[in-house]
Amino acid sequence: MGTNIYKINPEFRDIMPKEIIDLEENATWAENTDKRGIKELPETKELLEEHSLCAGCPEAAALRYVLAALPKPEDTVIVNSTGCTSLMFPHIALHTVHSLFGNQNAVATGIKRVLDWRFPDIEKDVVVLAGDGATVDIGLDYTLQSFFRQENITTICFDNEVYANTGGQESGSTPKGQVFKMAPTGKKFEKVKMWELAVTSGCHYSMNMTASAPKAVAKAVREAIFVARYVGPTFLNIYTPCILEIGLSANEGLREMKEQDKERFAAFKYVSPEAEELLAKLKEEGRL
Amino acid sequence: MSKRSDMTETKNWSGQTLVTADHMLFEAPRTKHFMTGSEVLKEAVKRCTVDASVSYPITPQSEAAHLIGELWAEGYVGVYFRGENEFGVMSEVAGCAMAGARTITTTSGPGTLRAMENFAQWSGTRIPCQLILMARGINSPLTIQPDNLEVSYMLETGCQIWYAENVQELFDMSIAAFVVAEKPDVHVPIITVVDGFFVSHTRESVMLPEDDIALFPYDPYKSPLPPIDSETPPGRFLRDPFVMKSNYISYATHASWQWEIRSAVERSVPYAKHFLKGLVHVTGDADAEIAFIACGTASYQAKEANRELTKLGIKTKVIKLRTIRPFPEAELLEALKGVKTAFVPEFNVVGWLAKEVRGALYGKSETEIVGGPRVAGGMSMPAEAILREVMEKINSGKGA
Repeated sequence: MGTNIYKINPEFRDIMPKEIIDLEENATWAENTDKRGIKELPETKELLEEHSLCAGCPEAAALRYVLAALPKPEDTVIVNSTGCTSLMFPHIALHTVHSLFGNQNAVATGIKRVLDWRFPDIEKDVVVLAGDGATVDIGLDYTLQSFFRQENITTICFDNEVYANTGGQESGSTPKGQVFKMAPTGKKFEKVKMWELAVTSGCHYSMNMTASAPKAVAKAVREAIFVARYVGPTFLNIYTPCILEIGLSANEGLREMKEQDKERFAAFKYVSPEAEELLAKLKEEGRL
Repeated sequence: MSKRSDMTETKNWSGQTLVTADHMLFEAPRTKHFMTGSEVLKEAVKRCTVDASVSYPITPQSEAAHLIGELWAEGYVGVYFRGENEFGVMSEVAGCAMAGARTITTTSGPGTLRAMENFAQWSGTRIPCQLILMARGINSPLTIQPDNLEVSYMLETGCQIWYAENVQELFDMSIAAFVVAEKPDVHVPIITVVDGFFVSHTRESVMLPEDDIALFPYDPYKSPLPPIDSETPPGRFLRDPFVMKSNYISYATHASWQWEIRSAVERSVPYAKHFLKGLVHVTGDADAEIAFIACGTASYQAKEANRELTKLGIKTKVIKLRTIRPFPEAELLEALKGVKTAFVPEFNVVGWLAKEVRGALYGKSETEIVGGPRVAGGMSMPAEAILREVMEKINSGKGA
């Protein structure tokens, strides 16, 4: 159906809130696919309305980059999990699902398979976006199993290395030695390298990065979605620190991410030969 | 494999002629077959224009789930795969149904408990999927035997629960279940229960319509919540979830949503009455002062006891409950008129059905409820066990 679903019934136009009218008039969709990207953020209506995260939260910024980079937002379903991200999802102007904590890749599997069955001629992208607790701990089985099964899904982990929404408890993504709640003497084992597990488990595109460089995030999101659409599962691990839990001020998130660009989140990128071929072709066609 | 786009106005994607549920269940000519519960479920699914099914092996339901897989290979079912475990499967079923598919799965005992968080999520998201529950015992100690304790865990999930007695009922109920669950004013999941092994693995004669007809497809755009397919504007359910720390949360919203799910289950009553020909089935002596209230195979054994007691000149009747959610309170009260004592034979140790009956009848009926006999862990329930319970009651101190 495309963007028609965002067209306002003229009868109701006068009672529509401004953000809905803005969506119709000033948001970019697939027909503006060359324009879609980070550079449009200041000029167009974003798909994310005001959100309820903390001031300066890097996760909120990263979500804006992700949404700006979707190649075909009007045919994209985002599956979410419990955590800070779930506080933003109600504000996204797309079809999103919050189901349970940890089952996001299983729900996404069902959705993707049925959308392919119901709409064989329309490319519908399914993107999972969840935190490290949901992806690496409670939902690890479902995350990896969706990779094993070669589901055509993009999985994005907003890795803040902590259970932030429940008040700062250790997660599998927490670095060794870090003191958090439930790890009062420091975490006893290493940070789980989810981006490496993703490669071993069959992902065709896997990255570890921070959200310090908006354009890099947007590029990764776009490539990952295309690879998921035409080749197989893809995974992005993006550092979005919880400034609250690691004791930083609202304006210090960016610096923290930049520092970690050289440390735990030093760039890791795996692209399978099939994905490599696809990306080269898309570049040639001007779609990347 | 089929393509959904092969469907026409009159034929589904596998070329079966589309018919109403009334035609399928009440009008189409039937022929006699001899098959197990698992096999008959395959026959039911084959006639239901099912979009999706997700499977996971567990005793005793595996056979039913892999037979649905064969239907997929034959082109009758659109999407089919094996999930990673029951929690994953029930989440995958949720995804399939949210995306607009008529969806079915099966499980048993430990699988049910592993998947438990999903069932409340299913009803909360108002998906009309169907779960075939082939009841078995729950660990520990390890058991794979028939026992319906697991049903008690499902009672307050917000799902409809129907209970089939035999192979024939499983066939008819599992077809009607889709239709009732998908009614726009109901639209909550449905759990069709049978007693594992006793029904799943027992071969019985069963009357089936031809397999060249199938139900009209599910129309997700009649759903009270828009399907997650990016074809309709994002629903307010998605944009204003109620358990969020945002300034438009309302505790009342969550509470009213929960009430609404239960109301939707109650709104299924007229549809269930129509397709099941009543929420309770009463057999035996209409003027009996002794009754058996039962569901599933326990009601079959109660009917056997009724026959034996008739030989002894003792009048009894059997009130078989066909729906547990909605609980058929009005029909039960009607059936208990003139009954002094009602026995509730059950295949579990806790007597959840007796509790349900007592709760529903409290203050509304003079009938004394006797919770028993109870067998569990794979024991069978011979009619003699029921007879003994009755004789001890009416012939107290003198033995059976």
